[in-house]
Amino acid sequence: MIDAIVVVVVVAMVGVYVSWRAGRLDRLHARLEAARAALDVALVRRSSVALEFASSGLLDPATSLLLASVAHDARSAQNGPEGGQGQEGGQELPESDLTRALRAVFGQPGFRSSLNGTEGADELLTELESAAHQVFLARKFYNDAVAATVAARRRPLVRLLRLAGGAPLPEFFEIEDSLVGAGESGQGADMPHLTG
Amino acid sequence: MKVGLVCPYTWDVPGGVQEHIMGLAEALIGLGHQVSVISPADDDAPLPDYVVPAGRAVPVPYNGSVARLAFGFLSASRVRRWLKEGGFDVLHVHEPAAPSLSLLACWVADGPIVATVHTAIPHSRAMHAAEPILQSALEKISGRIAVSEAARTTLVEHFGGDAVLIPNGVSVRKLEKADPLPGWPGAGGALGFLGRMDEPRKGFAILLRAFEILAAERPGLRLLVAGHGDADEALAKTPAWLRDRIVMLGQVSDADKVRVYHSVDVFCAPNTGGESFGIVLAEAMAAGAPIVASDLDAFRRVLRRGQAGLLFPTGNAAELAAAAGQMLDQPELRAGLSAAASAAVRDYDWPVVARDVVRVYEAVVPAAGRLVVAPQ
Repeated sequence: MIDAIVVVVVVAMVGVYVSWRAGRLDRLHARLEAARAALDVALVRRSSVALEFASSGLLDPATSLLLASVAHDARSAQNGPEGGQGQEGGQELPESDLTRALRAVFGQPGFRSSLNGTEGADELLTELESAAHQVFLARKFYNDAVAATVAARRRPLVRLLRLAGGAPLPEFFEIEDSLVGAGESGQGADMPHLTG
Repeated sequence: MKVGLVCPYTWDVPGGVQEHIMGLAEALIGLGHQVSVISPADDDAPLPDYVVPAGRAVPVPYNGSVARLAFGFLSASRVRRWLKEGGFDVLHVHEPAAPSLSLLACWVADGPIVATVHTAIPHSRAMHAAEPILQSALEKISGRIAVSEAARTTLVEHFGGDAVLIPNGVSVRKLEKADPLPGWPGAGGALGFLGRMDEPRKGFAILLRAFEILAAERPGLRLLVAGHGDADEALAKTPAWLRDRIVMLGQVSDADKVRVYHSVDVFCAPNTGGESFGIVLAEAMAAGAPIVASDLDAFRRVLRRGQAGLLFPTGNAAELAAAAGQMLDQPELRAGLSAAASAAVRDYDWPVVARDVVRVYEAVVPAAGRLVVAPQ
């Protein structure tokens, strides 16, 4: 009799534990999805503002062309792969290219002062700066969520009981997103900002 | 005539467009014209006296790779100053669709502008996004030149209109005489290759297979290779006995490149495609090297349908080995091909090509009037 009660209690406790773990995994996945959506929004916004800047007439045509072509490549990658490449890997390179191009453009000595007093320049610069900062933050939070989810899914119980179902393991989103050159202000600069 | 040439890519790093501009500039000077070239370059870089530096080029992602370009308001003001001080009769920009000095020059100048397009532009969708930006600057160009049929096709597809086809030049004077490298070609005979080993369309792998066939029957035969690429990786699948007979020079200086052409009995161009003109082939011809080449359209044209060099079916190593073997066995065949190549390449000699370019200048100048710099 006592044995039977013990068995029932243990089974019940295991059940509660497993369902708690499954619920936690579920919440992690929801957080991951939300973070990914936020990152996508930030990336779209950054490339849109870059494209707007390129076609604003504020810049010389060479700079405009450079910005327009990298921003366009980033936009195409955001809309999904065409050549059948993996979506993640296919998007990281164009986004990094956009960062590098922005860095090259804004890194010119006296760039900001050359635009001083031009109508609309301040608004666009501010918007681009904030869009770039959004990307930086959204990517940090998304990668945080990836790390937490991956760690949870690596646990033996989760793997044994296949609590995550068939969902693919999430991947980190690795791009260059700091508008400050690595050598210029040292590593670990938390705020990307436009220099010049 | 006073000619202003604009180079979009940095002068400090060698490349096809820079070499083209150098050859053209020197040929124009030789024909008695006054020439000034503006190019991205460090202010203290060693430059020929006809080159004006426009400041350091910035490496940026462009067209799927990293290009060193000059853009921005500082570059624009340098171009403006160069144009004002130059007082040119004609402005000749190269690769005007690249985001660099050429585009800036079109932007600030008005009047007789000639443009040469070198590459086929692969990213058509990106071009579409940038079209309004390009259009207003490119509209000012009154004479367009394409160096190849492929370049002309892209130009026409992207911007309409037409272009004159004037091929790349080679400097026969600089190539026709040189000493072979010490010990080359040697008694056993030598094959030669020049180009990137790691780029499949250059066909180095096909040459290796052909060399294996030939070397098995010819104990003294060697292969001389010059060009960029990882030698260990390129030879990874090559048996050791064969590897000892392949000499890899890696990247060579211009002077040594000329000596390579003079160091071999048979020069091989096993390219599988993508070669719009074949500058390497034309250089080998100018050096009088006996040539065996893939039967690509461009190569067939340059080699006068096989009179100035043997052609083999593209990609076929056995046929390449057969043709090269025939040449190794028959010195009189080699001598005949060498003489025919030297004669055929005269059409591509820079002074000849530069005269064609001058004809374009002369056609454009009277109609377009004086070259003026737009106010800031």
